[in-house]
Amino acid sequence: MPTFDLHVPINEADIRALHIGDQVRLYGTVITARDAAHKYIMDTFIHPPAIPESERGLYEELKRLWRGGIIYHCGPVVSRDAEGRWHFVAAGPTTSIREEPYEADVIAHFGVRGVIGKGGMGPKTLAACQQHGAVYLHAVGGAATLIASAVKEVLAVFKKEEFGVPEAFWVVRVEAFPAVVTMDAHGQSLHETMLAASAQRLAKLIGRHS
Amino acid sequence: MENLIPHFVELIRRAATDLPADVEAALRRAHDQEEPGSAGQGALAVILENVRMSRASSTPICQDTGTPIFYVYYPAGWSTLALKKQIREAVAEATAKAYLRPNSVETLSGRNTGNNLGDDFPYFHFEEWEEDYLKVDLMLKGGGCENVGAQYSLPDTRLDADRDLEGVRRAVLDAVHQAQGLGCAPAVIGVAVGGDRASSYIKSKEQFYRPLDDINPDPRLAALEKRLTEEANMLGIGPMGFGGKTTVLSVKIDSLERLPASYFVTASYMCWADRRRTLIYRDGAVTIE
Repeated sequence: MPTFDLHVPINEADIRALHIGDQVRLYGTVITARDAAHKYIMDTFIHPPAIPESERGLYEELKRLWRGGIIYHCGPVVSRDAEGRWHFVAAGPTTSIREEPYEADVIAHFGVRGVIGKGGMGPKTLAACQQHGAVYLHAVGGAATLIASAVKEVLAVFKKEEFGVPEAFWVVRVEAFPAVVTMDAHGQSLHETMLAASAQRLAKLIGRHS
Repeated sequence: MENLIPHFVELIRRAATDLPADVEAALRRAHDQEEPGSAGQGALAVILENVRMSRASSTPICQDTGTPIFYVYYPAGWSTLALKKQIREAVAEATAKAYLRPNSVETLSGRNTGNNLGDDFPYFHFEEWEEDYLKVDLMLKGGGCENVGAQYSLPDTRLDADRDLEGVRRAVLDAVHQAQGLGCAPAVIGVAVGGDRASSYIKSKEQFYRPLDDINPDPRLAALEKRLTEEANMLGIGPMGFGGKTTVLSVKIDSLERLPASYFVTASYMCWADRRRTLIYRDGAVTIE
């Protein structure tokens, strides 16, 4: 399988060149967002008729960073050094399917090109990937120390007090962040393919009593 | 009772940051068997490098440090109250040292207790035994893999599974298939046959304390363990569900008495980060394996 280097911001053509099974290494700015963040985005930016003045700054920042950018489903373990700088200590992916109700809208609204997580997502997100030119990138679940070492710098954090450390928006700069394309912009999902293939093998193994 | 708290902290540190040798060796074998250059092999390479880095830096192998499950075996005369108090203190200290993530959430309020302590957290099992030393087994059971555990009540029409070992086989293969890659494959599958719903789940998790390469003393179960390990890997789900030859590292099975009315098959799923360590305290000396 080929390996692709992706640099944020990523253009549509580079995303359309990817297919399920491709391995990628990511470089650039990534923002973590999980359960609380997704609900907040929907309630504050996407659904309401007007964005509250107090939230406008964050909105503009997310719009700027997510245009061609990356969402990471992750609740990190962080530390803070004597100078007050944050560091990622352990930062593997969390299960993505919980964001299935929201992700398609977030991809469309912000122009996100990639979503990193684990376990894959459903048909709504897959359709959004195809329509808007985005991919789902599967990180290795549990590889927390290694992934944290690919996070070279914490650039900013938003909503830390309100959502708590694991749920905050962490803006980080990554280098050679390893992941696998498991949902591409051509309507293919490795998760669907694997489910169907393994179901057939299961049926062979536990076919009806002869 | 002597102050063993620093030793319990060390037990937790080792469990959270240093994968047992048998698990690491199994992951290495799996890596070497996968198709060169495949996503499955790539995932295992990342896993092995992560294991190495975590050990070197004493940082958690996985950011989800799970439910700490303590099995404490003690000689006559020990106070389980005192042991529990010391282990709880060690858990709080290990959390402050970032060996453990604060992982105990009050369910109704959503408040994280911040120190991994609660009325029912961590989990303890105490057992007096005839040996003259103290043994504390610790496993860290992650949440992602806990979510894909499954229990079957046989007979099961959908699986055509009767109340026999063939029925057990069908249930376990179905559980592995249902889990796909969601529990962070490759997994160890712990299976309990019999019991009530609760005891069956507990017995299934106790299988994770067994070394991966042990042989079940019951030849019927030994044969089924071997067969299920091979067949689960024929499903092709592979590391992380990327496809490949290694979906499980091992299947471990035990049985327990049941009621005439019940026949439960419980399959607990342990992610590749199969974190367990044992502390032995004998004649005033502590060893951690």
